[in-house]
Amino acid sequence: MKAKLNPAYLSAYAIVLGGAVIMLMPFWFMFVFATHSDTDILSVPPPMWFGDAFLDNMRLLLGRLPYFWHNLGMSFYVAIATTVLNLFFCSLAGYAFAMFEFKYKEYLFAGVLSTMLLPAFLGMIPSVLIMTGLGWMNEPRALIVPAACGAMGVFMMRQFIGSAIPKELLEAARIDGCGEFGIYWRIVVPLITPAFGTLGLITFIGAWNNFMGPLVIMNDMQMYTVPLALRSLSGTGQVPWGAISAGSAVAVLPLLVLFVITSRRLIEGLTAGAVKA
Amino acid sequence: MSLSDPSTLALESTMDKAAPRRRKLRPWDWAPYVFISPFFILFAVFGVFPMLFSIYLSFHTWDPAAGLSAMRWVGIENYTFTLTDDWFQKSVFNTAWIAVVAGAPQHLIAIPLAFFLHTAFGRWRNAVVGFYFLPFITSSVAIALVFTTLFSRDYGVINQVLTQLGQLPVLEWIFPQQKIDWGQPEYTKWMISFVVFWRYVGWNTVLYLAAMQTIPKDLYEAATMDGAGKLQQFWHITVPMLKPMMFFAITLTIIGNLQLFEEPFIITGGTGGIDQAGKTAAMHMYNTAFMDGDFGTASAVAWLLFIAIALLTWVNNKIFAKSGMKD
Repeated sequence: MKAKLNPAYLSAYAIVLGGAVIMLMPFWFMFVFATHSDTDILSVPPPMWFGDAFLDNMRLLLGRLPYFWHNLGMSFYVAIATTVLNLFFCSLAGYAFAMFEFKYKEYLFAGVLSTMLLPAFLGMIPSVLIMTGLGWMNEPRALIVPAACGAMGVFMMRQFIGSAIPKELLEAARIDGCGEFGIYWRIVVPLITPAFGTLGLITFIGAWNNFMGPLVIMNDMQMYTVPLALRSLSGTGQVPWGAISAGSAVAVLPLLVLFVITSRRLIEGLTAGAVKA
Repeated sequence: MSLSDPSTLALESTMDKAAPRRRKLRPWDWAPYVFISPFFILFAVFGVFPMLFSIYLSFHTWDPAAGLSAMRWVGIENYTFTLTDDWFQKSVFNTAWIAVVAGAPQHLIAIPLAFFLHTAFGRWRNAVVGFYFLPFITSSVAIALVFTTLFSRDYGVINQVLTQLGQLPVLEWIFPQQKIDWGQPEYTKWMISFVVFWRYVGWNTVLYLAAMQTIPKDLYEAATMDGAGKLQQFWHITVPMLKPMMFFAITLTIIGNLQLFEEPFIITGGTGGIDQAGKTAAMHMYNTAFMDGDFGTASAVAWLLFIAIALLTWVNNKIFAKSGMKD
């Protein structure tokens, strides 16, 4: 490693670290601006360190978005419910694809994978019509139920279960008289907790960040999720920079915490499918 | 041979049953269908049915407020109208512009960056990768809002940095002396492209990094023995070995960038900006449906966009297949 400290390497290190700073800058400013008043933010040069106006900004934010805490709760509710349902349904389907032999299995699995190629916007208009028909407009279940079993999750679970659980184990349980669902519940589920962690993270982040879904489903400000509520701040008139930054910080913070704790597993999980495919 | 193997089962049932015509269904014969049924039921209800309905809708004119009976068959009129519509053409141009300007640098930077991270970073690699990856997992709405602050004309941090750099000797040739009004049509797409680039460059880096870890080390060892420098190793080993991942990552970028919606939607406040310079095709579809209330035309826009994405993915596939490196 010592031999590498020539000028070319040093400048490459500098560029990579400089790039990392550029990647982090917007987050830094978001948190710093969240603690400054609008006049501070609009000064030259801008504030680079934390101020003491965070609570004022939150008060401003709640003035503009009276349901903000409710919106935050809605975001958590939708994200957690989507995650729990995905963990259950995806692992069940992944278990079937990994451990059973059945007719048309290959075709059915190819069908699951091909749905990943369908762009999200294609379903945007018809989903509104369906939700209107079901009377689910403005209801969180309109966001949760359609997303309850993602193709990506089925694929991940199948890969993991296929490599982590020996078929002999299931056969032994079958001989001992354990039912098919019992085998899944008592044997498969306890063995795949690492995969649950990864899939749970990915699903939670995706549901938390979902914008297009709530945008067309939720009409009532009280039912907004956080991204949708924040978006309504950037309308016409005076833009409350401090309040926007404070709201964005609150929206991003849960993800940042999750990311700091789990970044390695998250990155590995997200790329595992890509490398194998 | 495993118990769940269908051929074994069939054999057993014919042997131990009196009427061999119809074998008894064991739990493990029907259980897998039950286990995979949630996916297919959900996909049928919320995937297939809406899509079929949207094809049907794209051949009709319909204002949803007037009820289902107000639907009127118009043939391919929605499609011909859309294709000749100036605003649609403009939105397609914007989408393609942003897709290239935001997409190409992602890969041109991610590949060498991943190589450098792979070869020259030891202990700190995961931390640095984390920094680059962070934008990918954060809410695009929050991000776009923060960037509108940073890009604001008079007090935005980005303008302050750029004009500061513009005061320095030599650099004044590259950087602006005056503050840039990023809301003006000639700059809007640059702003959006930068945000999109910033958000996805780390994701691509992570993909390439993961692929590099699967390249056998002895290839590099052999090259080093033969006296190849790092740069030569990069060109003659890493890049060719990365071809399958390049295909995959570029496909994802094409699919993602052509349906770009959230970043331009937030940055331009939902309008597309002055002269609709930042309005993408997906935004055009959204506005046609939910601002103009024209669901028929909007469905036609959606399907045209889908066809464009499918065609480009196919072309990308052909290009990589031709270069002979796709496995």
